[in-house]
Amino acid sequence: MATQHSRSAARIMISPAVLLLLGWMIVPLALTIYFSLLRYNLLMPGTERFVGLLNYRLFFNNPAFITALVNTLVLVGGVLLITVIGGVLLAILLDQPIWGQGIVRILVIAPFFVMPTVSALVWKNMFMNPVSGLFAEFSKAVGLQPFDFLTHAPLASIIGIVAWQWLPFATLILLTAIQSLDSEQMEAAEMDGATALQRFWYITLPHLSRAITVVILIQTIFLLSVFAEILVTTNGGPGVASTNLTYLVYVRSLLNFDVGGGSAGGVVAIILANIVAIFLMRMIGKNLDA
Amino acid sequence: MGRITLDKVTKRFGDVEVIPPLDLTIEDGEFVVFVGPSGCGKSTLLRLIAGLEDVSSGEIRIDGQPATDLPPAKRGLAMVFQSYALYPHMSVRKNIAFPMKMAGVPQEEQNRRIESAAAALNLTDYLDRRPGQLSGGQRQRVAIGRAIVREPAAFLFDEPLSNLDAALRVGMRLEISELHNRLATTMIYVTHDQVEAMTMADKIVVLRAGHIEQVGSPLELYRNPRNLFVAGFIGSPKMNFANGGAASEHDAATIGIRPEHITVSADSGTWRGKVGVAEHLGSDTFFHVHDTGLAETVTVRADGEVGLRHGDTVFLTPQADKIHRFDDKGLRIQ
Repeated sequence: MATQHSRSAARIMISPAVLLLLGWMIVPLALTIYFSLLRYNLLMPGTERFVGLLNYRLFFNNPAFITALVNTLVLVGGVLLITVIGGVLLAILLDQPIWGQGIVRILVIAPFFVMPTVSALVWKNMFMNPVSGLFAEFSKAVGLQPFDFLTHAPLASIIGIVAWQWLPFATLILLTAIQSLDSEQMEAAEMDGATALQRFWYITLPHLSRAITVVILIQTIFLLSVFAEILVTTNGGPGVASTNLTYLVYVRSLLNFDVGGGSAGGVVAIILANIVAIFLMRMIGKNLDA
Repeated sequence: MGRITLDKVTKRFGDVEVIPPLDLTIEDGEFVVFVGPSGCGKSTLLRLIAGLEDVSSGEIRIDGQPATDLPPAKRGLAMVFQSYALYPHMSVRKNIAFPMKMAGVPQEEQNRRIESAAAALNLTDYLDRRPGQLSGGQRQRVAIGRAIVREPAAFLFDEPLSNLDAALRVGMRLEISELHNRLATTMIYVTHDQVEAMTMADKIVVLRAGHIEQVGSPLELYRNPRNLFVAGFIGSPKMNFANGGAASEHDAATIGIRPEHITVSADSGTWRGKVGVAEHLGSDTFFHVHDTGLAETVTVRADGEVGLRHGDTVFLTPQADKIHRFDDKGLRIQ
């Protein structure tokens, strides 16, 4: 793939795929932007009319908007914090030679295979239910008042559920990274007088920085659009206490039948995601350079 | 100070005894080379001394103090690894400073030692680079620098030159020897390359399957190998061995004669053979001689300019006082 000729041939040959992907992305985006500029309510068909930026103004002025924005960021940040710290610790544990290592690893990875709606329902009904849940049973067993997680700490509960789902992913990536650490480096550090904690801080953690970057970037993409877990547990409530941007867009377009307002929210969500992406790349993107 | 004593040290991995009971004393300031074929336990022995492996039984003493149960960092030894084991995310300066940082050496003292180590190892211009931006020889020097600044009682080298190309290896060999002359610190060096062992060592320890076959200065080992294994291992090219008739003439089960102790002649001599491959090195020529009735191939060294060709008949005469005689157990007959 070095000569001028082979390079231009390669460009021509991949162009159909590139054009298809481009169209695939551009058409929905253009339609969303177009809808966001219309008064477009499914309850009043035939009254579509260009309204300029009115939908955006309404979306921003919606008191739920700021709450949803903050909730989105708290959700992403909270889950990232739990999965990265927990993932590093679990990966170190799983790297130790233990009996039944294979089975333990499969068990750890298992939550990732449970689909979000199912795992959220299991958490809601079997663990967090204030009457019949496992946590309520524990509280009662030690004589405490059962805690109604989804009512009194809705966002924290959802962060817990989503973190549980994503912990295996982080663990898996970080485990493979730990396994690629040169054992002579650890031995050299040991000879140099570093304690176990210092070896972790000065050798293991820097070695993991690239893997942690990958985990953060990939998870952020998916965490910005968490939806199913909220829908089946709290429905964004109480009030808007656990509503994130994705859920707010859903409420706008499908519960209020306001396609125009929903589209405006969607465009805002796209912009927010890009802002987050730019910040992330600025902060940790340099770790990906070889 | 760096006097290291091993007293009946053994190492077992499960049921496999890698090092049978072994005694060895390494004097202060000595350059000791552990040499042997791969899998002979020389690296394991080094790691036992370093403390990276636990001994199964026996005792290690450093400067008379029991060190068997001390963690590696407390033994006052520094190790240079085969892969150099530099910390890839730290600059050269930080790599060299790391052991001092762990030991809590004050900052000015750290800088002073780094500067002097860098000057000694020609690393001054590279202090702010990462290991990934250095060549193999430079990385090797950084690893040595990281060992020097600890001012250890002894340096341990685990095949440090095996990842370098041939020319660089010769250069680094000299540098390490010079370093030893300058610091006069005990050094223990593991290699499978007998040339490295011969050129660098004050004392060579030849190992086979965890056993010490012989300990001695390079020339002692060259002149008086205790058994067939040492005789065959030390010296390049290898010593020629012959059994049967030629050996019984000298009242031995096996005789050995080094290539450089055989005189080559075109017309008369003790043994007659046919020239096979001739390796011309300029200064010397090595002939592989066949059909001598001694061994399948006899290697002999001749002057660079000897005009013998493939298929020629040659006569070989051993220097009578340089013939090594071994009994049927492979031990030297004095």
